[in-house]
Amino acid sequence: MSTIYILWLRQIKRYLRSRSRIIGSLGQPILFLVALGFGFGPIFQKAGQGNYIEFLAPGIIAMSILFTAIFSGVEMIWDRQFGFLKETLVAPVSRLNIMIGRVFGGATAAVFQGIIVLLISFIAGFRINSVLLILFSIIFMILISLLFTALGTAIASMLEDFQGFQLIMSFLVMPLFFLSGALFPLTGLPEAMKIVAAVDPLSYGVDGLRFALTGSSHFGVGIDFVVLILITFLLLVAGSFLFSRIEV
Amino acid sequence: MIKVKNLTKKFGEFTAVDDISFNVEKAEIFGFLGPNGAGKSTTIKMLTTLLHPTSGEIEVNGINPLHHQDKVRESFGIVFQDPSLDEELTAFENMNFHAVLYKVPADVRKTRIEELLNFVELWEKKDEFVKNYSGGMKRRLEIARGFLHHPKIIFLDEPTLGLDPQTRNYMWNYINDLNKKEQTTVFFTTHYMEEADRVADRIAIIDHGKIVASGTPEQLKAQTGKDNLEDAFLELTGRKIREEEASGIDRMRMHSKMWRRRR
Repeated sequence: MSTIYILWLRQIKRYLRSRSRIIGSLGQPILFLVALGFGFGPIFQKAGQGNYIEFLAPGIIAMSILFTAIFSGVEMIWDRQFGFLKETLVAPVSRLNIMIGRVFGGATAAVFQGIIVLLISFIAGFRINSVLLILFSIIFMILISLLFTALGTAIASMLEDFQGFQLIMSFLVMPLFFLSGALFPLTGLPEAMKIVAAVDPLSYGVDGLRFALTGSSHFGVGIDFVVLILITFLLLVAGSFLFSRIEV
Repeated sequence: MIKVKNLTKKFGEFTAVDDISFNVEKAEIFGFLGPNGAGKSTTIKMLTTLLHPTSGEIEVNGINPLHHQDKVRESFGIVFQDPSLDEELTAFENMNFHAVLYKVPADVRKTRIEELLNFVELWEKKDEFVKNYSGGMKRRLEIARGFLHHPKIIFLDEPTLGLDPQTRNYMWNYINDLNKKEQTTVFFTTHYMEEADRVADRIAIIDHGKIVASGTPEQLKAQTGKDNLEDAFLELTGRKIREEEASGIDRMRMHSKMWRRRR
Protein backbone atom coordinates (compact mmCIF):
# COMPACT_ATOMS: atom_id res chain seq x y z
CA MET A 1 0.00 0.00 0.00
CA SER A 2 2.70 2.46 0.98
CA THR A 3 4.45 1.75 -2.33
CA ILE A 4 1.34 2.61 -4.30
CA TYR A 5 0.80 5.70 -2.20
CA ILE A 6 4.32 7.10 -2.53
CA LEU A 7 4.35 6.57 -6.30
CA TRP A 8 0.91 8.14 -6.56
CA LEU A 9 2.10 11.09 -4.50
CA ARG A 10 5.15 11.54 -6.69
CA GLN A 11 3.06 11.68 -9.87
CA ILE A 12 0.71 14.22 -8.27
CA LYS A 13 3.59 16.40 -7.10
CA ARG A 14 5.17 16.34 -10.51
CA TYR A 15 1.86 17.22 -12.14
CA LEU A 16 1.07 20.11 -9.81
CA ARG A 17 4.59 21.50 -10.17
CA SER A 18 4.45 21.60 -13.94
CA ARG A 19 2.19 24.64 -14.13
CA SER A 20 3.17 25.43 -17.67
CA ARG A 21 2.15 21.95 -18.71
CA ILE A 22 -1.26 22.28 -17.06
CA ILE A 23 -1.94 25.63 -18.66
CA GLY A 24 -0.46 24.56 -21.98
CA SER A 25 -2.65 21.50 -22.16
CA LEU A 26 -5.76 23.64 -21.68
CA GLY A 27 -5.12 25.56 -24.89
CA GLN A 28 -6.17 22.78 -27.20
CA PRO A 29 -9.53 21.98 -25.55
CA ILE A 30 -10.41 25.67 -25.44
CA LEU A 31 -9.57 26.06 -29.12
CA PHE A 32 -11.63 23.00 -30.03
CA LEU A 33 -14.59 24.16 -27.97
CA VAL A 34 -14.56 27.62 -29.46
CA ALA A 35 -13.61 26.87 -33.07
CA LEU A 36 -15.61 23.69 -33.54
CA GLY A 37 -18.36 24.50 -31.08
CA PHE A 38 -19.23 27.88 -32.54
CA GLY A 39 -18.03 27.04 -36.04
CA PHE A 40 -20.15 23.94 -36.60
CA GLY A 41 -22.92 24.97 -34.21
CA PRO A 42 -25.23 26.50 -36.84
CA ILE A 43 -24.87 23.54 -39.26
CA PHE A 44 -25.48 21.06 -36.46
CA GLN A 45 -28.60 23.00 -35.50
CA LYS A 46 -29.86 23.09 -39.11
CA ALA A 47 -29.36 19.34 -39.39
CA GLY A 48 -31.81 18.99 -36.56
CA GLN A 49 -29.28 17.65 -34.05
CA GLY A 50 -29.74 20.39 -31.45
CA ASN A 51 -27.07 22.30 -29.57
CA TYR A 52 -23.56 21.38 -30.75
CA ILE A 53 -21.75 22.68 -27.65
CA GLU A 54 -23.88 20.35 -25.59
CA PHE A 55 -22.86 17.47 -27.83
CA LEU A 56 -19.23 18.51 -28.14
CA ALA A 57 -18.30 19.37 -24.54
CA PRO A 58 -18.20 15.75 -23.23
CA GLY A 59 -16.05 14.81 -26.23
CA ILE A 60 -13.59 17.61 -25.54
CA ILE A 61 -13.42 16.65 -21.86
CA ALA A 62 -12.65 13.08 -22.92
CA MET A 63 -10.01 14.39 -25.33
CA SER A 64 -8.15 16.33 -22.65
CA ILE A 65 -8.29 13.31 -20.36
CA LEU A 66 -6.98 11.09 -23.15
CA PHE A 67 -4.02 13.37 -23.84
CA THR A 68 -3.11 13.91 -20.19
CA ALA A 69 -3.47 10.22 -19.36
CA ILE A 70 -1.40 8.95 -22.29
CA PHE A 71 1.25 11.55 -21.58
CA SER A 72 1.38 10.64 -17.88
CA GLY A 73 2.04 7.06 -18.87
CA VAL A 74 4.56 7.86 -21.55
CA GLU A 75 6.31 10.22 -19.14
CA MET A 76 8.02 7.11 -17.81
CA ILE A 77 10.43 7.42 -20.73
CA TRP A 78 11.79 10.54 -18.99
CA ASP A 79 12.38 8.51 -15.86
CA ARG A 80 14.29 6.02 -17.92
CA GLN A 81 16.43 8.70 -19.53
CA PHE A 82 17.09 10.53 -16.27
CA GLY A 83 17.92 7.26 -14.57
CA PHE A 84 15.22 7.47 -11.93
CA LEU A 85 13.49 4.38 -13.28
CA LYS A 86 16.40 2.24 -12.06
CA GLU A 87 15.87 3.50 -8.54
CA THR A 88 12.30 2.18 -8.52
CA LEU A 89 13.14 -1.01 -10.39
CA VAL A 90 15.69 -2.30 -7.88
CA ALA A 91 13.52 -1.43 -4.87
CA PRO A 92 12.33 -4.42 -2.84
CA VAL A 93 8.68 -3.97 -3.77
CA SER A 94 6.66 -5.71 -6.42
CA ARG A 95 6.72 -4.11 -9.83
CA LEU A 96 2.98 -4.57 -10.00
CA ASN A 97 2.57 -2.13 -7.11
CA ILE A 98 4.99 0.32 -8.71
CA MET A 99 3.03 0.19 -11.93
CA ILE A 100 -0.31 0.59 -10.11
CA GLY A 101 0.97 3.56 -8.11
CA ARG A 102 2.18 5.24 -11.28
CA VAL A 103 -1.08 4.60 -13.09
CA PHE A 104 -3.20 5.86 -10.19
CA GLY A 105 -1.08 9.00 -9.96
CA GLY A 106 -1.24 9.72 -13.67
CA ALA A 107 -4.96 8.97 -13.76
CA THR A 108 -5.63 11.34 -10.86
CA ALA A 109 -3.89 14.12 -12.77
CA ALA A 110 -5.95 13.30 -15.86
CA VAL A 111 -9.23 13.41 -13.91
CA PHE A 112 -8.19 16.76 -12.51
CA GLN A 113 -7.54 17.99 -16.03
CA GLY A 114 -10.95 16.70 -17.12
CA ILE A 115 -12.69 18.62 -14.34
CA ILE A 116 -10.91 21.84 -15.31
CA VAL A 117 -12.06 21.42 -18.92
CA LEU A 118 -15.60 20.71 -17.73
CA LEU A 119 -15.57 23.99 -15.83
CA ILE A 120 -14.20 25.80 -18.88
CA SER A 121 -16.94 24.33 -21.05
CA PHE A 122 -19.49 25.98 -18.77
CA ILE A 123 -17.97 29.31 -19.76
CA ALA A 124 -18.33 28.33 -23.42
CA GLY A 125 -22.06 27.83 -22.87
CA PHE A 126 -22.34 24.20 -21.89
CA ARG A 127 -25.21 23.57 -19.45
CA ILE A 128 -26.20 20.56 -17.36
CA ASN A 129 -29.44 19.93 -15.48
CA SER A 130 -28.02 19.28 -12.05
CA VAL A 131 -24.74 19.80 -10.27
CA LEU A 132 -24.93 16.19 -9.09
CA LEU A 133 -24.34 15.07 -12.69
CA ILE A 134 -20.76 16.27 -12.28
CA LEU A 135 -20.22 13.54 -9.68
CA PHE A 136 -21.73 10.97 -12.04
CA SER A 137 -19.47 12.13 -14.86
CA ILE A 138 -16.41 11.85 -12.62
CA ILE A 139 -16.93 8.08 -12.50
CA PHE A 140 -16.43 7.99 -16.25
CA MET A 141 -13.53 10.43 -16.08
CA ILE A 142 -11.81 8.04 -13.66
CA LEU A 143 -12.37 5.07 -15.96
CA ILE A 144 -11.10 6.89 -19.06
CA SER A 145 -8.08 8.15 -17.11
CA LEU A 146 -7.15 4.73 -15.76
CA LEU A 147 -7.55 3.07 -19.12
CA PHE A 148 -5.32 5.44 -21.04
CA THR A 149 -2.69 5.92 -18.33
CA ALA A 150 -2.35 2.15 -18.25
CA LEU A 151 -2.07 2.16 -22.05
CA GLY A 152 0.57 4.91 -21.96
CA THR A 153 2.57 3.06 -19.31
CA ALA A 154 2.40 -0.17 -21.28
CA ILE A 155 3.69 1.63 -24.38
CA ALA A 156 6.42 3.40 -22.42
CA SER A 157 7.61 0.05 -21.07
CA MET A 158 8.54 -0.90 -24.62
CA LEU A 159 10.15 2.39 -25.67
CA GLU A 160 13.73 3.47 -25.04
CA ASP A 161 13.44 7.15 -25.92
CA PHE A 162 11.12 9.77 -27.32
CA GLN A 163 11.85 8.95 -30.94
CA GLY A 164 8.77 6.77 -31.11
CA PHE A 165 6.58 9.36 -29.44
CA GLN A 166 5.52 11.12 -32.63
CA LEU A 167 4.52 7.76 -34.04
CA ILE A 168 2.27 7.13 -31.06
CA MET A 169 0.67 10.55 -31.38
CA SER A 170 -0.05 10.21 -35.10
CA PHE A 171 -1.07 6.59 -35.29
CA LEU A 172 -2.60 5.93 -31.92
CA VAL A 173 -3.68 8.96 -29.92
CA MET A 174 -5.05 11.08 -32.76
CA PRO A 175 -7.04 8.23 -34.36
CA LEU A 176 -8.35 7.23 -30.93
CA PHE A 177 -9.68 10.75 -30.53
CA PHE A 178 -10.96 11.56 -34.02
CA LEU A 179 -12.69 8.20 -34.56
CA SER A 180 -14.36 8.09 -31.16
CA GLY A 181 -17.53 10.05 -31.69
CA ALA A 182 -16.18 12.91 -29.62
CA LEU A 183 -16.83 15.34 -32.48
CA PHE A 184 -19.73 13.78 -34.41
CA PRO A 185 -22.69 11.48 -33.67
CA LEU A 186 -22.06 7.79 -34.38
CA THR A 187 -25.53 7.24 -35.81
CA GLY A 188 -25.85 7.13 -39.58
CA LEU A 189 -22.13 6.63 -40.25
CA PRO A 190 -20.81 4.38 -43.03
CA GLU A 191 -20.51 0.78 -41.86
CA ALA A 192 -16.69 0.80 -41.78
CA MET A 193 -16.58 3.92 -39.62
CA LYS A 194 -19.09 2.35 -37.27
CA ILE A 195 -16.89 -0.69 -36.79
CA VAL A 196 -13.82 1.44 -36.20
CA ALA A 197 -15.68 3.53 -33.64
CA ALA A 198 -16.93 0.39 -31.93
CA VAL A 199 -13.39 -0.96 -31.39
CA ASP A 200 -12.08 2.42 -30.21
CA PRO A 201 -12.22 2.29 -26.39
CA LEU A 202 -12.50 6.08 -26.20
CA SER A 203 -15.90 5.83 -27.96
CA TYR A 204 -17.28 4.20 -24.84
CA GLY A 205 -15.62 6.78 -22.63
CA VAL A 206 -17.07 9.66 -24.62
CA ASP A 207 -20.45 7.97 -24.74
CA GLY A 208 -20.54 7.31 -21.00
CA LEU A 209 -19.44 10.83 -20.24
CA ARG A 210 -22.04 12.23 -22.61
CA PHE A 211 -24.73 10.16 -20.95
CA ALA A 212 -23.65 11.28 -17.48
CA LEU A 213 -23.70 14.94 -18.41
CA THR A 214 -26.47 15.27 -20.99
CA GLY A 215 -28.48 12.05 -20.76
CA SER A 216 -28.00 10.94 -24.38
CA SER A 217 -26.10 7.77 -25.25
CA HIS A 218 -25.27 5.72 -28.33
CA PHE A 219 -24.17 2.36 -26.92
CA GLY A 220 -26.05 2.49 -23.64
CA VAL A 221 -24.44 3.50 -20.39
CA GLY A 222 -24.27 -0.05 -19.04
CA ILE A 223 -22.28 -1.25 -22.03
CA ASP A 224 -20.00 1.80 -21.78
CA PHE A 225 -19.27 1.00 -18.17
CA VAL A 226 -18.59 -2.71 -18.68
CA VAL A 227 -16.41 -2.20 -21.75
CA LEU A 228 -14.30 0.47 -20.04
CA ILE A 229 -13.80 -1.68 -16.93
CA LEU A 230 -12.83 -4.73 -18.99
CA ILE A 231 -10.35 -2.92 -21.22
CA THR A 232 -8.82 -1.09 -18.27
CA PHE A 233 -8.32 -4.39 -16.51
CA LEU A 234 -6.76 -6.01 -19.59
CA LEU A 235 -4.42 -3.06 -20.11
CA LEU A 236 -3.34 -3.13 -16.47
CA VAL A 237 -2.50 -6.82 -16.78
CA ALA A 238 -0.65 -6.32 -20.07
CA GLY A 239 1.07 -3.20 -18.74
CA SER A 240 2.30 -4.85 -15.57
CA PHE A 241 3.63 -7.77 -17.59
CA LEU A 242 5.56 -5.42 -19.88
CA PHE A 243 6.64 -3.31 -16.92
CA SER A 244 7.98 -6.33 -15.05
CA ARG A 245 10.19 -7.15 -18.02
CA ILE A 246 11.90 -3.76 -18.28
CA GLU A 247 15.68 -3.86 -18.33
CA VAL A 248 17.83 -0.78 -18.00
CA MET B 1 26.94 -14.21 -0.13
CA ILE B 2 27.35 -13.69 -3.86
CA LYS B 3 28.08 -16.63 -6.13
CA VAL B 4 28.70 -16.15 -9.83
CA LYS B 5 29.40 -19.06 -12.16
CA ASN B 6 30.18 -18.85 -15.89
CA LEU B 7 28.26 -15.61 -16.19
CA THR B 8 28.03 -14.19 -19.72
CA LYS B 9 26.22 -11.18 -21.16
CA LYS B 10 26.11 -10.37 -24.85
CA PHE B 11 24.65 -7.24 -26.44
CA GLY B 12 24.21 -8.41 -30.00
CA GLU B 13 27.68 -9.19 -31.28
CA PHE B 14 29.43 -7.54 -28.39
CA THR B 15 30.30 -9.69 -25.38
CA ALA B 16 30.29 -7.36 -22.37
CA VAL B 17 30.83 -10.07 -19.75
CA ASP B 18 32.58 -13.22 -20.86
CA ASP B 19 32.23 -16.37 -18.76
CA ILE B 20 33.22 -14.99 -15.36
CA SER B 21 33.08 -16.83 -12.04
CA PHE B 22 33.72 -15.54 -8.51
CA ASN B 23 32.43 -15.71 -4.95
CA VAL B 24 32.01 -13.02 -2.33
CA GLU B 25 31.82 -14.13 1.30
CA LYS B 26 29.54 -12.70 3.95
CA ALA B 27 30.81 -9.47 5.56
CA GLU B 28 33.55 -9.17 2.97
CA ILE B 29 34.49 -5.89 1.29
CA PHE B 30 35.01 -6.90 -2.32
CA GLY B 31 36.57 -4.62 -4.90
CA PHE B 32 35.64 -5.17 -8.53
CA LEU B 33 38.17 -3.29 -10.63
CA GLY B 34 38.72 -2.82 -14.31
CA PRO B 35 39.26 -0.21 -17.02
CA ASN B 36 36.30 1.60 -18.56
CA GLY B 37 34.03 -0.66 -20.54
CA ALA B 38 35.47 -3.81 -18.96
CA GLY B 39 32.05 -5.09 -17.90
CA LYS B 40 31.83 -3.92 -14.27
CA SER B 41 28.50 -2.12 -14.46
CA THR B 42 26.97 -4.83 -16.63
CA THR B 43 27.91 -7.39 -13.99
CA ILE B 44 26.37 -5.27 -11.24
CA LYS B 45 23.20 -4.86 -13.27
CA MET B 46 22.88 -8.60 -13.64
CA LEU B 47 23.46 -9.13 -9.91
CA THR B 48 20.80 -6.53 -9.09
CA THR B 49 18.03 -7.85 -11.39
CA LEU B 50 18.28 -5.00 -13.89
CA LEU B 51 19.61 -7.17 -16.69
CA HIS B 52 19.09 -10.77 -17.70
CA PRO B 53 22.31 -12.72 -18.24
CA THR B 54 22.79 -14.43 -21.57
CA SER B 55 24.02 -17.51 -19.72
CA GLY B 56 25.51 -18.57 -16.40
CA GLU B 57 24.39 -18.82 -12.82
CA ILE B 58 24.02 -16.19 -10.11
CA GLU B 59 23.17 -16.45 -6.46
CA VAL B 60 22.75 -13.39 -4.24
CA ASN B 61 22.14 -14.00 -0.55
CA GLY B 62 21.37 -17.62 -1.41
CA ILE B 63 18.65 -16.58 -3.86
CA ASN B 64 18.63 -16.83 -7.63
CA PRO B 65 17.82 -13.31 -8.90
CA LEU B 66 16.45 -14.72 -12.14
CA HIS B 67 13.64 -16.61 -10.45
CA HIS B 68 12.96 -14.63 -7.29
CA GLN B 69 13.49 -11.03 -8.28
CA ASP B 70 11.42 -9.43 -5.52
CA LYS B 71 13.03 -11.57 -2.86
CA VAL B 72 16.58 -10.83 -3.91
CA ARG B 73 15.82 -7.10 -4.12
CA GLU B 74 15.06 -7.11 -0.42
CA SER B 75 18.59 -8.14 0.41
CA PHE B 76 20.65 -5.46 -1.31
CA GLY B 77 21.08 -1.73 -1.68
CA ILE B 78 22.82 0.01 -4.55
CA VAL B 79 24.47 3.29 -5.42
CA PHE B 80 24.46 3.62 -9.19
CA GLN B 81 27.29 4.92 -11.29
CA ASP B 82 25.08 7.30 -13.26
CA PRO B 83 22.34 9.59 -11.93
CA SER B 84 19.14 8.05 -10.63
CA LEU B 85 17.47 10.94 -8.80
CA ASP B 86 14.11 12.53 -9.51
CA GLU B 87 15.09 16.07 -10.45
CA GLU B 88 11.56 17.41 -10.03
CA LEU B 89 11.52 16.45 -6.37
CA THR B 90 13.44 18.01 -3.50
CA ALA B 91 16.34 16.24 -1.85
CA PHE B 92 14.18 15.42 1.14
CA GLU B 93 11.43 14.03 -1.06
CA ASN B 94 13.94 11.85 -2.89
CA MET B 95 15.17 10.49 0.42
CA ASN B 96 11.65 9.95 1.73
CA PHE B 97 10.60 8.19 -1.46
CA HIS B 98 13.50 5.80 -1.07
CA ALA B 99 12.80 5.25 2.63
CA VAL B 100 9.20 4.29 1.93
CA LEU B 101 10.11 1.95 -0.91
CA TYR B 102 12.74 0.26 1.23
CA LYS B 103 10.40 0.00 4.21
CA VAL B 104 12.53 2.03 6.60
CA PRO B 105 10.31 2.16 9.72
CA ALA B 106 8.39 5.42 9.96
CA ASP B 107 9.76 6.28 13.41
CA VAL B 108 13.42 6.20 12.33
CA ARG B 109 12.82 7.58 8.84
CA LYS B 110 13.08 11.26 9.64
CA THR B 111 16.05 10.99 12.01
CA ARG B 112 18.01 8.85 9.60
CA ILE B 113 17.31 11.16 6.68
CA GLU B 114 18.45 14.11 8.76
CA GLU B 115 21.55 12.28 9.94
CA LEU B 116 22.55 11.26 6.41
CA LEU B 117 21.78 14.60 4.79
CA ASN B 118 23.88 16.22 7.47
CA PHE B 119 26.64 13.76 6.74
CA VAL B 120 26.77 14.85 3.10
CA GLU B 121 26.16 18.46 4.14
CA LEU B 122 22.90 18.86 2.27
CA TRP B 123 20.48 19.20 5.20
CA GLU B 124 20.35 22.98 4.77
CA LYS B 125 19.33 22.51 1.14
CA LYS B 126 16.95 19.63 1.71
CA ASP B 127 13.94 21.52 0.35
CA GLU B 128 15.59 22.59 -2.86
CA PHE B 129 14.74 20.84 -6.10
CA VAL B 130 17.40 18.39 -7.18
CA LYS B 131 17.44 19.95 -10.65
CA ASN B 132 19.04 23.02 -9.06
CA TYR B 133 21.83 20.97 -7.49
CA SER B 134 25.37 20.87 -8.84
CA GLY B 135 26.82 17.59 -10.06
CA GLY B 136 28.76 17.03 -6.86
CA MET B 137 25.73 17.70 -4.69
CA LYS B 138 23.66 15.20 -6.65
CA ARG B 139 26.37 12.61 -6.20
CA ARG B 140 26.44 13.21 -2.44
CA LEU B 141 22.68 12.89 -2.29
CA GLU B 142 22.85 9.55 -4.08
CA ILE B 143 25.40 8.28 -1.58
CA ALA B 144 23.26 9.41 1.34
CA ARG B 145 20.24 7.73 -0.20
CA GLY B 146 22.15 4.48 -0.68
CA PHE B 147 22.76 4.22 3.06
CA LEU B 148 19.23 5.08 4.10
CA HIS B 149 18.29 1.48 4.63
CA HIS B 150 20.74 -1.08 5.93
CA PRO B 151 20.79 -4.01 3.51
CA LYS B 152 22.72 -7.27 3.82
CA ILE B 153 24.65 -6.49 0.66
CA ILE B 154 25.49 -3.09 -0.70
CA PHE B 155 26.58 -2.51 -4.29
CA LEU B 156 28.56 0.66 -4.92
CA ASP B 157 29.28 1.41 -8.58
CA GLU B 158 32.06 4.00 -8.55
CA PRO B 159 30.59 5.66 -5.49
CA THR B 160 33.41 8.12 -4.93
CA LEU B 161 33.53 9.52 -8.46
CA GLY B 162 33.54 13.31 -8.16
CA LEU B 163 33.56 13.40 -4.36
CA ASP B 164 36.01 15.52 -2.42
CA PRO B 165 38.48 13.70 -0.12
CA GLN B 166 36.53 14.68 2.99
CA THR B 167 33.27 13.16 1.83
CA ARG B 168 35.08 10.18 0.41
CA ASN B 169 36.82 9.55 3.69
CA TYR B 170 33.62 9.95 5.65
CA MET B 171 31.82 7.61 3.28
CA TRP B 172 34.37 4.82 3.67
CA ASN B 173 34.31 5.19 7.44
CA TYR B 174 30.56 4.83 7.33
CA ILE B 175 30.84 1.73 5.16
CA ASN B 176 33.51 0.18 7.36
CA ASP B 177 31.33 0.79 10.35
CA LEU B 178 28.31 -0.79 8.69
CA ASN B 179 30.49 -3.70 7.64
CA LYS B 180 31.74 -4.31 11.20
CA LYS B 181 28.50 -3.65 13.09
CA GLU B 182 25.92 -5.19 10.79
CA GLN B 183 28.10 -7.64 8.89
CA THR B 184 27.16 -5.90 5.63
CA THR B 185 28.75 -7.36 2.53
CA VAL B 186 30.16 -4.64 0.30
CA PHE B 187 30.66 -5.00 -3.46
CA PHE B 188 32.22 -1.93 -5.01
CA THR B 189 33.92 -0.66 -8.15
CA THR B 190 36.32 2.25 -8.34
CA HIS B 191 39.03 3.76 -10.47
CA TYR B 192 41.04 4.87 -7.43
CA MET B 193 43.49 2.04 -6.85
CA GLU B 194 44.79 3.51 -3.65
CA GLU B 195 41.24 3.48 -2.32
CA ALA B 196 40.73 -0.14 -3.34
CA ASP B 197 44.03 -1.10 -1.75
CA ARG B 198 43.03 0.51 1.53
CA VAL B 199 39.47 -0.75 1.95
CA ALA B 200 39.08 -4.01 0.01
CA ASP B 201 39.50 -7.39 1.67
CA ARG B 202 39.65 -9.01 -1.71
CA ILE B 203 39.79 -7.77 -5.30
CA ALA B 204 38.90 -9.14 -8.70
CA ILE B 205 40.22 -7.42 -11.82
CA ILE B 206 38.08 -7.63 -14.94
CA ASP B 207 39.22 -6.66 -18.43
CA HIS B 208 37.47 -7.15 -21.77
CA GLY B 209 34.72 -9.01 -19.92
CA LYS B 210 37.06 -11.58 -18.37
CA ILE B 211 38.46 -11.79 -14.86
CA VAL B 212 42.22 -11.55 -15.28
CA ALA B 213 43.25 -11.80 -11.62
CA SER B 214 41.79 -12.02 -8.14
CA GLY B 215 42.98 -12.15 -4.54
CA THR B 216 43.85 -9.86 -1.67
CA PRO B 217 45.59 -6.60 -2.61
CA GLU B 218 48.83 -8.12 -1.22
CA GLN B 219 48.48 -11.22 -3.35
CA LEU B 220 47.93 -9.13 -6.48
CA LYS B 221 51.00 -7.02 -5.74
CA ALA B 222 53.07 -10.13 -5.05
CA GLN B 223 51.76 -11.84 -8.17
CA THR B 224 52.89 -8.97 -10.40
CA GLY B 225 55.99 -8.09 -8.40
CA LYS B 226 54.89 -4.45 -7.91
CA ASP B 227 54.80 -2.52 -4.68
CA ASN B 228 51.50 -0.70 -5.22
CA LEU B 229 48.12 -1.72 -6.57
CA GLU B 230 48.10 0.87 -9.35
CA ASP B 231 51.18 -0.62 -10.93
CA ALA B 232 49.87 -4.12 -10.40
CA PHE B 233 46.62 -3.09 -12.10
CA LEU B 234 48.45 -1.57 -15.07
CA GLU B 235 50.62 -4.66 -15.34
CA LEU B 236 47.53 -6.85 -15.51
CA THR B 237 45.38 -4.75 -17.83
CA GLY B 238 48.00 -3.02 -19.96
CA ARG B 239 48.67 0.67 -20.45
CA LYS B 240 46.48 1.19 -23.48
CA ILE B 241 43.82 3.84 -22.92
CA ARG B 242 40.33 2.52 -23.55
CA GLU B 243 37.91 3.85 -26.10
CA GLU B 244 35.45 4.90 -23.49
CA GLU B 245 36.45 8.18 -21.87
CA ALA B 246 36.36 8.57 -18.13
CA SER B 247 34.07 11.59 -18.00
CA GLY B 248 30.54 11.10 -16.78
CA ILE B 249 28.90 12.68 -19.81
CA ASP B 250 30.75 10.45 -22.22
CA ARG B 251 29.85 7.48 -20.16
CA MET B 252 26.19 8.45 -20.36
CA ARG B 253 26.43 8.88 -24.10
CA MET B 254 28.07 5.51 -24.40
CA HIS B 255 25.31 4.14 -22.25
CA SER B 256 22.55 5.50 -24.41
CA LYS B 257 24.31 4.19 -27.49
CA MET B 258 24.38 0.77 -25.93
CA TRP B 259 20.65 1.03 -25.31
CA ARG B 260 19.87 1.82 -28.87
CA ARG B 261 22.11 -0.91 -30.16
CA ARG B 262 20.53 -3.47 -27.94
CA ARG B 263 17.03 -3.39 -29.35
